[in-house]
Amino acid sequence: MDLSLDVTERDGYSVLSVRGEVDVYTAPKFRERLIELVSDGKYEIIVDLEGVDFLDSTGLGVLVGGLKRLRSHEGDLLLVCTQSRILKVFEITGLTKVFSIYESVDAAVADD
Amino acid sequence: MVGEVVELEIPARAEFVALARLVVSAIAASDSTLADERIDDLKLAVSEACTNAIEAHGAIPTDERVLLRCSADGGAVEVAIQDQGGGFDPAQLPDHPPVTDPDRLKFERGLGIPLIRALVDEVEFSSSGSGTSVRLLMRTAGGQEA
Repeated sequence: MDLSLDVTERDGYSVLSVRGEVDVYTAPKFRERLIELVSDGKYEIIVDLEGVDFLDSTGLGVLVGGLKRLRSHEGDLLLVCTQSRILKVFEITGLTKVFSIYESVDAAVADD
Repeated sequence: MVGEVVELEIPARAEFVALARLVVSAIAASDSTLADERIDDLKLAVSEACTNAIEAHGAIPTDERVLLRCSADGGAVEVAIQDQGGGFDPAQLPDHPPVTDPDRLKFERGLGIPLIRALVDEVEFSSSGSGTSVRLLMRTAGGQEA
């Protein structure tokens, strides 16, 4: 099982595209990449979850931790997700009220 | 595989949780009356339970394995996850602040058991100082309660 994490820059945002499965095994790699971005001074981050096949509570924990870290720098973490099985995890846990979730990177950037 | 019981023993390491998900989803898919969405729900619940089991083993620590027992009988798919960790009391889990409270962001953990409860039709925790057993049950179309 592998997790791919690619970063591109877009209109002042760093877009972290996540592909694969996010669980207790792969979440540390995801967390480290987010921390690296923040350490590099990237405080406006879009996490694109469209390539994610599976995400559990450890993945949610990484995103919550990332948002907390970014807010402490007056930044933000936006999500891109349209897959119902992934959105369901956010809905059950109430995190749809914590994160701004968009249908596309374009939509996230446009809402600036 | 309907009517058969399948047991899987996994080393208590994070890289084996994906294997547990794979086996359980294959067994659940063998019952053609369980919709794909419900198989995804069961897979997620199993992942959460296995993650907790592995963390419980790591906390002691112990080299014991985590045992999964899966069955599909035409009316339900049942999965039991048994660990040899230190046990816990599910009734004593701390509540998270409301999602609208800024303090909510202090909690990166503790979402697994609420997810399990929301995803499956029945869940039962049996825990003692010598381990925890989590029984998950997902009723199929032919096994729905009236």
